[in-house]
Formats: sequence, structure tokens, C-alpha cells
Amino acid sequence: MRGMSKSFGSVHANRDVDLILYPGDVLGLLGENGAGKTTLMNMLFGTYAPDSGTIEIDGRPADISSSADALELGVGMVHQHFHLVPTLSVLDNLMIGRPGAGGRLDRTSAGKRLSEIGQRFGLELPPDAMVSDLAVGEQQRLEIVKALFRDARILILDEPTAVLTPLETEALFTALRAMAGDGLGVIFISHKLYEVKAITNRVVVLRLGRVTATIDDTTDTTERDLAELMCGHEIVPPEKPPQEPGDVLLELEGVATAGGSGVALRELSLDVRAGEIVGVAGVSGNGQLELAELIAGIQPLTGGDLRITGELVLYPEPRSIQELGVGRIPEDRLSTGLIGSLPLSDSMVLPRVHAPPFSRYGVLSHSRIRHFVETQIERFRIQTAGPHIRTGTLSGGNLQKALLARELAFEPVVVLAAQPTRGLDVGAMQFVHERFLELRGQGGAVLLISEDLEELFLLSDRLAVMYEGRIVEVLPIEEATVQRVGLLMAGVEDAA
Amino acid sequence: MIRPRLETRETTPTWLRLALPLFAIAATLLICAGLVALAGADVLTAYRHLLLSAVSSRFDFVETLVKATPIAFTGLAVAVAFRAKFWNIGAEGQLLAGAMAAAFIGGRAGLPAWSLVPLMLAGGMAAGAAWALLPAMLKTRYKVDDVVTTLLLNFIMFYLMMALVDGPWKDPLSGYPDSPDIRMEAEFPILLAGTRLHLGVLLALLAAPLSWFLMSRTTLGFNIRAVGENPKAARYAGIKIPMVITATAAVSGALAGLAGVSEVGGIHFQVMAGLSPGYGYTGIVIATLALLHPLGVLPASFFFAVIITGAEAMSRATGVPVFLADVFQGVALICMLIAILFTRYRIRIQRFEAR
Amino acid sequence: MEIFGEILQVGFFAAVLRIATPLILATLGEMFTERGGVLNLGIEGIMLLAAMTGFTAAYFSGSLWLGILAAMLTGALAGLLMGVLTVTLGLSQHVSGIGTTLLCTGLAFFFYRLIFGQPSLPPNIEAFKTVPLPLLSAIPILGPILFNQFALVYGALLLVPLAALVLYDTPWGLNLRAVGENPRAADAAGVSVSRVRYQGLMLSGMLMGAGGAFLSMAQFNAFTFGVISGRGWVCIALVVFGQWSPWKCLGGALLFGFVDALQLRLQASGVIDIPYQLFLMLPFVLTIVLMALVSRSARPPAALLQPFRKEER
Repeated sequence: MRGMSKSFGSVHANRDVDLILYPGDVLGLLGENGAGKTTLMNMLFGTYAPDSGTIEIDGRPADISSSADALELGVGMVHQHFHLVPTLSVLDNLMIGRPGAGGRLDRTSAGKRLSEIGQRFGLELPPDAMVSDLAVGEQQRLEIVKALFRDARILILDEPTAVLTPLETEALFTALRAMAGDGLGVIFISHKLYEVKAITNRVVVLRLGRVTATIDDTTDTTERDLAELMCGHEIVPPEKPPQEPGDVLLELEGVATAGGSGVALRELSLDVRAGEIVGVAGVSGNGQLELAELIAGIQPLTGGDLRITGELVLYPEPRSIQELGVGRIPEDRLSTGLIGSLPLSDSMVLPRVHAPPFSRYGVLSHSRIRHFVETQIERFRIQTAGPHIRTGTLSGGNLQKALLARELAFEPVVVLAAQPTRGLDVGAMQFVHERFLELRGQGGAVLLISEDLEELFLLSDRLAVMYEGRIVEVLPIEEATVQRVGLLMAGVEDAA
Repeated sequence: MIRPRLETRETTPTWLRLALPLFAIAATLLICAGLVALAGADVLTAYRHLLLSAVSSRFDFVETLVKATPIAFTGLAVAVAFRAKFWNIGAEGQLLAGAMAAAFIGGRAGLPAWSLVPLMLAGGMAAGAAWALLPAMLKTRYKVDDVVTTLLLNFIMFYLMMALVDGPWKDPLSGYPDSPDIRMEAEFPILLAGTRLHLGVLLALLAAPLSWFLMSRTTLGFNIRAVGENPKAARYAGIKIPMVITATAAVSGALAGLAGVSEVGGIHFQVMAGLSPGYGYTGIVIATLALLHPLGVLPASFFFAVIITGAEAMSRATGVPVFLADVFQGVALICMLIAILFTRYRIRIQRFEAR
Repeated sequence: MEIFGEILQVGFFAAVLRIATPLILATLGEMFTERGGVLNLGIEGIMLLAAMTGFTAAYFSGSLWLGILAAMLTGALAGLLMGVLTVTLGLSQHVSGIGTTLLCTGLAFFFYRLIFGQPSLPPNIEAFKTVPLPLLSAIPILGPILFNQFALVYGALLLVPLAALVLYDTPWGLNLRAVGENPRAADAAGVSVSRVRYQGLMLSGMLMGAGGAFLSMAQFNAFTFGVISGRGWVCIALVVFGQWSPWKCLGGALLFGFVDALQLRLQASGVIDIPYQLFLMLPFVLTIVLMALVSRSARPPAALLQPFRKEER
């Protein structure tokens, strides 16, 4: 790939990027969130059309304008969010977009190939199982098999370990090594340094859409080197003065939820004190979303007690929770937090529009709403042309600022934050972290649910680990190590 | 290499909101001109009749206002409902429900004369709202698709009405399948002597700003928009979606019911098969053309009243089938739907070097 | 109860099948497009317009099959229009469908009036005749019900297993289902989401067209403005009732045919003395009741109503 550029609106996601991959390579593509790793790979896979640049495969210029072209040329991609059809079987998922035999689907020969590939790379899967019944690790395996099934010689993996336990990660690495040994080229996208160090033989580092370094032999490179290349400066951890936690502000005692389509919480207990940030770690899909929804008042409580500032909440509802002083940052800011198609001002008063100062007797006060929103835009330096701008046109970082501003404006005592920095660039991420520490300093409490272990270690005073709908352990941050937390996340009982 | 690209607009300028319907109408006229030519008529002559005959005299103008009244009500009904993405395609049935309630109340001999008109209005609104609450309840309780139920309920209400006026409620004097006339005192007052400009026209003119106030100045209107644009975020913010849907349906149904009351009280004084030649469906076209803005419903409904009455004049004069008005509505809806894209996006011509 | 003995005879069940046929055709059509993630609310108008064009083509050419062809072509074109609106432009499938219905309805009325004027006697054609299948039609009871029908009835019945085969056992059917459940996954697998959706819409239009034409060319021998009168909307409900599966859709259509045939017989028998309009109402009430019963547990294709745009961040 040479001279690849791509911009979205005024954002330059990639600028003049070169990248070379050899057979047998496991190439690490390293960079912060928002550095342009995924965009670059989406161009190689035909999802995005590049603004400029050329791609050559096997020395021949490749014109890739769709995924079909990419697959034809032997490029396969495993996306961060799986591209699987949950209502279809493993085998049927493999056959999407494939020609049949005599007009019919050829399930027999597809089944043969599936077991062949499974044996060769250690990627076995039950052919007739519904994808919705597979564990996350198995779904990822299916994604890889899907690419191999179509004779991919270049395999792109976008943050593949985010959803895996350390054990599963090890298995994935074994399979990747087997593929590289077979002459495939693998591109491994990540921002986790130790993983990049462990699996790759070459590394390309991206920062702000540009290549900042290419390392052709990683044996002598340290994680510290990589970190500097990635950020351009040494990471300065945010200041977190030690302080004694105060009263319990949020308390869950043996709570349970029905679960429905997701994971049910069982016998979950946790407390968060004033002046404290409690992190919740876990492999995604172990009940973190449900926990966040329970405290947000979306999931009904089916057992146990929920107390907020000492008060027992029998039927958590968004409004009653909010009135008790809980600020809520939902996991998906644009689909759950804000309303993309309405003006920013509407999005920013959404949860409080029913009461003064924003309305009286059911009639809105547009001037008070505008005043409030303008104040918040100023306060958090949200980059936008004004309150009337359609919410969805703001950048991710500014959206998160808007959401934070909305939830912090009425001085909450507890903030529930689910994946608050997902997909944000470094600057925005720091901004979010600073706000949480500020609140902690003022004697507020933060419950931080995140899949980013680095973030959890950086901010938490105590770290709770979730596994299958329960909190299996709460560790003071001084006692938490990556290894110990990793084992707990995988459901291995704590031996220490 | 040059290629067009859609880019999201940060805001929609007001001039664009006003210009887009005009573009859509122009495109519709252009497309329908083909049909007129196909029918062997001179396009300009035909269009002169289509567009001008309804406004060529003071009398015609007033008649067009009268004609615009029921579709202004149904247009408002749809504009309110669609904001919440409550797909009320049932304004037709709700109109009939309102009409039947009005005809029933207006014919009661035992009621004091002064109470008739207010009771007809209240009863008609209640009946329309009730008929809209049924699909709303089916949607919120049983997750039944609102499009299908509102559509089917139109047929049910029509057959129900016909069964009544062909049976127990048949006017013994006329011998036709229609209901007995309402009492003289129940007929809407005429606002302009010598014309049919009745109270309903005034009510429609008042209903539009009231609906606008409801939609853009009250918390209910805010919640309706929030639920329509992003139910997930609305629920997360503590808005009770079933309640908002129910309230939307009630308002929408009441507005559609008023269309029926107005037709009975001001024009027909009874209910019969031809009471509504698809006013409910025309309401969808009008609401879309108005970008779901209640104030925009007024000019849009007037325009379609011009087309509907004009089509008859055109047909008489040039022989182009009167159903051009129906085609016109379909084409206008589709053209406007496309035009609405430009409230969200702008086209950017992007240049980049050839690969 | 002897009235039911009189009604539930061979002729009645043959009528059930006849009434169900246009519904089977249009419901299967709607099922296909919805499986691909696009709701086609143009159905009512498409059936009406196709009933008109089919009838007109047959009237002037004298060939019924040419009429059917014209009707299917009409449907395919309307499907194409829906494709431009909902797939290419990504407009609201609800409003696009209503627009298509309004347009098709208007066109049907307009051209019928343009071509035939306003004669005192509506023009008619020599409609389809029943084709008794040799030997099979001689089977007692089943023979006259199943094997002494219009060719289109046989066609509709054969279409059900064919539709199941196409949907579950061909690459196109798999791609269609993938596109309707997770278009991003299908796209990543190299399937052109828009092409498959266009194909689904056009196929649906053709089947709806055939259903409409059946009404004006087999059930009746003339086109009338009320020839569809809500049958299209009923098919939308039948797809939900049939849980997007061909065989269950057939069941729904037959159930509706049964109730419709029953109300017709009751009407004609004059045993129950109520206005006939209440009988006409019955199938619609039933449809809503059925919807209320099944909708809670219905699981529509996950991407239904969702436009697919490739470069969305």
C-alpha cells in the first residue's frame, strides 16, 4: 500500500500511509485509538474507497473497490465487531457469498473444507451449531476460518484480543503462528503493546493518520520504545492524589436481574464510596452491560438490594435514579445517550426536559434551554457551531464531552460510566479521565466499567472483576496485577 | 476523477425547508405532464385548468378552502403521528369514526340546541382518538405493527359504518344507505353568507398553530420527537415510550376525527359511503410535503385542494381522466421524500486524482 | 348447525383454495423482500395496477398468459421503483411503500379510464378456466378440491415448496437471508447488498403482480376499482403470521381463504340476518386478532427497515 489517504469530512483519518507485508509476516499495526489503523485496513479490504493511494498485491496493482474484490485477491479481514449472521449455522455463514453447485448450496463439500481447515490450524468448529449459540472466542475463530475458507493469503485482524480471555488469546496466537508458518501474511491491529511484542515480527506505528515508525525486527524493541513511538511522547499518567474514601454512595447487595437476551446478574455485590473510583473489568459479555443498565434504571431488579446514598431503590427507573444524584454515561453515546438527528440542545436536555428550569407546566423554556447548552459548550469547550447543530455531526470526542457535560451539570454524587473512552482519541480520553478524577477529588464516586485494562489500572482505586454475571473479586489497585486480573476475568478462582 | 458524495448537513436552513416542497411540486408537475400528453391533451391548457380553476373566482377560492379543511385535519393528524414514528395510516378510519360520532350526536332530539356543536366536536375527537388508541395499544402491548393495524382498521370502520347506515341507522326518508340528517341547530354556522365557508374551516386554521405549539413548545412535543428519532435514548433518559405513543395516537386520532366532524357538520349533515374519498391517505402526502411541520400543513392542504378540484375541471375541459389527481399525489409524495434527503445531506462534488 | 353441513362441502373447499391463491402469491412475494430486509408496502397498489395491466393486456391481445406476463412485468417495475427509493436512496421504507401504493393506485385508475373510458357495461374478458388434471381430478373429494382448479392455483401451490427450496437451499436464498439479518456481514463476504435487495424487491413485485392478475383474470373476468380492497395489506399481516417461512405463509393464506369463503357462503345463505358489510369486515378483524396473537413472539429479519450504507462511521 502506498500513499494511502482518506478523510471523513474535515478529519484526516489517513495521510500518505505506506505499508508492506511479506509472506510469513505477522505485522503489528500499532496506534492509539483514532490513529487511523482501522480506516487503513478498511481501505485494503474495500470497505472504504481511498481518496488517493495505490495498493499492490503480489507485485500487481490491485483495484479494490469492494469486499468482493478484496476476497477475490486473497485478502480476508476479521473485524472488531464480528460480521456474522447469528441466526444461521456455522456452515451457512461460511457459504454466504459463495457460488453453489448446480444452483444448490453444497453443504457437504463446505463441511469437508471446514474440518480440513480446522485440523490444519487448530481452529475446529461444530458445523451445524447456530452462531448465536457460540461463545465469543468461537465466533472469532469462525471469522478467521471464514477468511481461510476463501483462500485468504492476507489476513487482517482488528483488535482481535479485546474480546478474549488471556487463555483464548494464547490459542489465537498459536493459530496465527501456524498461519504465518504456512506462508500467509497476517496484519495484527492493536494498541496493546505487550501483545504486539509477543506475536509480531514487524511493526508499523501510526499516529494521527501518519506512519511514525516501521520496525523490521521487533526482537530488540521494548514495549517502552513502542509506547513512545505510538504517543510521540512518554505517557504521563494523570495525577491521582491518595485520599481516604468516605461514605458508601452506591451499594449493590446480592442483586439479580432476569437477563433476557443477555447475561443475568446473580448475587452481585459491590459498593462505591465517596472520593473513590471503582473500576469494573471483565471480558465483554459477562454482565457489564447489564450492570450498567441496572444502575441506569433500564434493567428491572429481580432480587437483592440497590442503595443510592443510603436510600433503598426498589424499582430503579431512569428518573428516580437521576434524582438521587446519579450521572449516567451509557456505553453507546450516539444510540443510547444522545439523539443524532436532533439538535445538540435537544440531546443535552433530554433527561431533564420535563422539569424546571427547562420547562414549567409542560411548556418548554427555549431561552433557558439555549442558555444552559451554551454554558455547557463553553465550559467543556465542545467544538460545535452552536446548540442548533444536528447532534450526529459532532465528532466522537465532542459527543462524549456533550454527554459528560449533560450528566455532570447537575452535580451528581455518583457517576456511572460504561466504556466512556471507547473510540476516543488521546486528547478526548484524557479530558474524560480528568473529569472523573476531578469528581473524585470533590468527594464524588465513579463506577467505571471498561474493557480497557490500561484505563482501569490508571484510574481505579479498587478494581472489581466480573465473570458470568457476578463480581468474582474486588482488589485494591495496589494488589491488582494484569496477570491476576486476567485470570479472574477468565473465571479462574483467585489463588493468591 | 469526479464523483458526487453525500455529506451530512449540520443544520437545515429555513429557506431550504421552504424551497424543497416547491421543487418537489415542480418535479411532480413535470412528470405528470407526460401523462397529460399521453392522454392527448395540450399540457398547458390542461394545467391551466388544473391549477387555476380552483382559485379563479372568489367563490371558487372559498370552495377550495372548504375542500382543504378535511385534508388539513388529516394532514395535521399524520404530521403529529409520524413525528413519533407512529405510522398512523389510519386517519381515514379515524375520520369516519369522528364523522359517525358527530352525525349521531347531531341527530339527538333530546339535547339542548346550544350544546350540539360543542358535543359533536368533543364526541368526534373522542371517537377518532379511541379508534387510534386501539392500534397504539396493540403496538405498545402486543408489538403489533402499527402500519398494518391502522390500515386494516380503515376497512373495518368503513364496513362498520356501511353496515349501520344500511341497517339500523338507515335514513327512513331517503331510501339510500345513508344516516338521517343532523338537526338544523347542529349544522355548523356559516362564516361568509352565500358560501359554504363553515366553522370547520376556522377550526382547521386554529388547529394548525395549536398543533405547532404542542409539537415545538411543550414537553409532550419534545418527547414525541425524542421517541420518534431515538427511542433507545429516550427510554434511557426516562421517557416512558408507551405513554408517549398513546398520547401521540390520541392527539392524532382526535385531529383526524375533527376532519369527520367538520365534513358532517359543515357539508354533508349525514354519513354515507362517499364521505371520504381517501382524505386520510391524502393527509400523508400533505404531512410529508409540509416536512411534518404543522404550519406547513395549511399551504400544503390548500394546494392539494386546488389539485383535487382542479382535476375535475381539467377532466371536463380536456378529457384527461380525473384520476390524474391521484397519480399527482403519489408522485408528489415520492418526489418530496427524495427532496427530504437534502434536508439531511448536501451533495459535494469531490475531485481526486485518478488511480 | 345444519347450515355448516351445507356449507362445508367440496365446492366450499375448492373456493377456499381459489380465494387463497392471490394471497399465497403476494404473501410469498412479500416474504422474499422482507427476508432481504425491505418491507414492500407498495403491495396493495402493485396488486391493483397489475390487475389492471394484466387485464388490459389480455383484453387486447386475447392471450391470458400474455396478461399474466404483463402483470408480472408491472410488478417488477414497481419493485424497481421501491428499490431506487429504499435501497439506493435509503428512504423510509414505510413512506416509500405508501407512496408506491398511492402512485400505482392512481396509475391504475388513470390508465383504465384513459383506455376504456366510462362505458355503461364494464369490459370483460374470457377469464381463465379450470384445468382438471387427468386422473387426479377423479379422486373422490380431494380431486375436485385440489385438482380441478385454475392453472394459477396449481402454480401458487407449487410455488410454496419452490420458495422454500430457493430460500433455504440455494446460494441466492442464503445471501438474501444474510442480507436481511446482517447486511454488513453479507457485504464483508462479498455479497452486493443492494443487488440482492433489488432482486428481492423485483421478485416480490412479480409475485404480487401475479396475485393481482389472478383476481381480474381468474377469480373475476373484469377489472374493478375495488378488486383488491385491502387484500394486499392482509398479506403484510400474513407474512408476520407466517413468521417469514413459506409453509407457514401458506397456512396463513389458507386460513384467511377459509374465513373469507365462509363469510361469503354465510352472506349468500341469508341464515344470519345481519347487514352483509359485517361479514365483509370479518376477515379484517380476524387478521388483526391473529397479529395480536403472534406479534409478541414474532422475530422479523433483524435488518428489516434498516437502510444499508457502506461508508458509515
